[in-house]
Amino acid sequence: MMRTHDKASKLIFEYSHPGRGATDQWPQPLPATATSDLPQRLLRTKPPLLPEVGELEAVRHFTRLSQLNFSIDTHFYPLGSCTMKYNPKACNQYAMLPEFLGRHPLAPESHGQGFLACMYELQEMLKEVTGMQGVALSPMAGAHGEFAGVAMIRAYHRSRGDLARNEIIVPEAAHGTNPATATMCGCIVREIPVNDEGDIELDALRAAVGPNTAGIMLTNPSTLGVFERRIEEVARIVHTAGGLLYYDGANLNAILGKVRPGDMGFDVIHMNLHKTFSTPHGGGGPGAGAVGVSARLRPFLPIPIVGLEEGHRYRWLAEKDLPQSIGRLSGFMGNAGVLLRAYIYMRMLGREGMSQVGEYATLNANYLLTRLKQAGFDAAYPSRRASHEFIITLKRQARELDVTTMDFAKRLLDHGIHAPTTYFPLLVPECLLIEPTETESKDVLDAFVAAMTQIQQEAEQEPERVTSAPHTMPVRRLDDVRAAKQLDLRWKPTA
Amino acid sequence: MSNVPPDLQYTKTHEWVRTLPDGTVEIGITDHAQHALGDLVFVEVPEAGRAVALGEPCAVVESVKAASDVYSPVAGEITLGNPLLAGEPEAVNNDPYGKGWLMRLHPTKGAASADLMPADKYQTLLQTEGG
Repeated sequence: MMRTHDKASKLIFEYSHPGRGATDQWPQPLPATATSDLPQRLLRTKPPLLPEVGELEAVRHFTRLSQLNFSIDTHFYPLGSCTMKYNPKACNQYAMLPEFLGRHPLAPESHGQGFLACMYELQEMLKEVTGMQGVALSPMAGAHGEFAGVAMIRAYHRSRGDLARNEIIVPEAAHGTNPATATMCGCIVREIPVNDEGDIELDALRAAVGPNTAGIMLTNPSTLGVFERRIEEVARIVHTAGGLLYYDGANLNAILGKVRPGDMGFDVIHMNLHKTFSTPHGGGGPGAGAVGVSARLRPFLPIPIVGLEEGHRYRWLAEKDLPQSIGRLSGFMGNAGVLLRAYIYMRMLGREGMSQVGEYATLNANYLLTRLKQAGFDAAYPSRRASHEFIITLKRQARELDVTTMDFAKRLLDHGIHAPTTYFPLLVPECLLIEPTETESKDVLDAFVAAMTQIQQEAEQEPERVTSAPHTMPVRRLDDVRAAKQLDLRWKPTA
Repeated sequence: MSNVPPDLQYTKTHEWVRTLPDGTVEIGITDHAQHALGDLVFVEVPEAGRAVALGEPCAVVESVKAASDVYSPVAGEITLGNPLLAGEPEAVNNDPYGKGWLMRLHPTKGAASADLMPADKYQTLLQTEGG
């Protein structure tokens, strides 16, 4: 943990000295005879303000920064609802074969049959694992997939002349993106409560549905880390009212190979390939939010999709093939490299491995929940079994010791553990949403319990040790209020 | 312990309601609610003239932890959203029952209102929620 934090927090501009630099590697100046078609008025008159540092300084600076990362390759990362599982290096390696990297998206289909075959098989595998009838891969993130899903629900109702259906129902425990997506798609959001055991209040649902219901957005298991036990009844109520069911795939890891959203009655699903199917995830990097649909929504899938003709020739399906499509949501095939990684991951798992994912993810979560309960922590839903994630509440610690969830989360960083999701879902006070994933060993889970137990002891005996954490990070507590209100990230020269 | 002024009425969802002498009502979020949300960084209030239904989300309070809707405990027409809060959202934290009010509305005659609680009942609710 000991690092040169003072240096790490400096910007590269602050190392700069005029005239310093790796001049050997500068580009050759343009010969005087070179012509440019840039208009004179657009040409720069002053040199750009760039940091001037030696090559070694630049290397050390960026190496130091990279070492400050909390990442799945360096730390346990039990971030609830984010499924921060290990990304096998083989997926990376095969997705970076030169034949994939060098493929041009506008090359003729006949030149990219291998890539198209991978995408086609990925579509087929995702259909099989979710129980849906059609899959499109092009949405480039979870929220993008949600947008595609609700846009398809709207297109379906419109195609039937059912124009009044503009309400989307979401349970109060929903991911924040669900109501945001519904609003983005021009719908009105109706929130319904869940009961003390984490199940949807069916009476509230019955009261909420009607001729304006476009659909309901659910994740199952829910963000409360429990399985919605009356999902078939929920589906019946919504379908009877003429609405459709949307499955938020954020928590798909829990049920992989065990239960299929299509069999539960869902009409549309988005899958976070960067969660469940283990492509790199986080930091705003490229994601993949593939969507799956039931038969009635298939005509509305976003394009392109890969089709198979005469059993051996793959081709792009586009506007001509799917005239009712909601359209294109990305250039070409979304984040093709991410899709390839997911494809390789699924091929490596195989059918058997797929259901082991769900089994070990739930086993790890339930083991961790049980051990934390034994260590004296309070489960938010003590009567329920965990799915792939669970919630503990530190309400008691906050009340009795004045040590909050945020304090525990910050202190965990000192133990070399990324904090679980804090203060979400909103309806559980002082909560930690913990998702260990299937790729952690028992030793790691035990180390987490030991860290939490030690922090609890500190909270009782020397609380300021916890409330002033972290102590070993490059920065202590950040002023997040000021960051939200007066965000200013631009470096300004002082001289 | 949260501050619960005795002269106001309260909802289960932690809004307070004050009836003003001219018959309009002033609405805000309770001390308990602002404390649970933490430091507010953004508040969106409705515009004057908007008609709101009972239970309709009509304001948004956002903190570093969460964004929450505020539900109208009464049906009516908005007469004013608190103009102070655009530049000073922290007024809701510092003075939830005074400078931090969210909106005023003219209630629709005869319309149903949410089950409003007197202060002592709201106090009991907070205790059972363990807040």
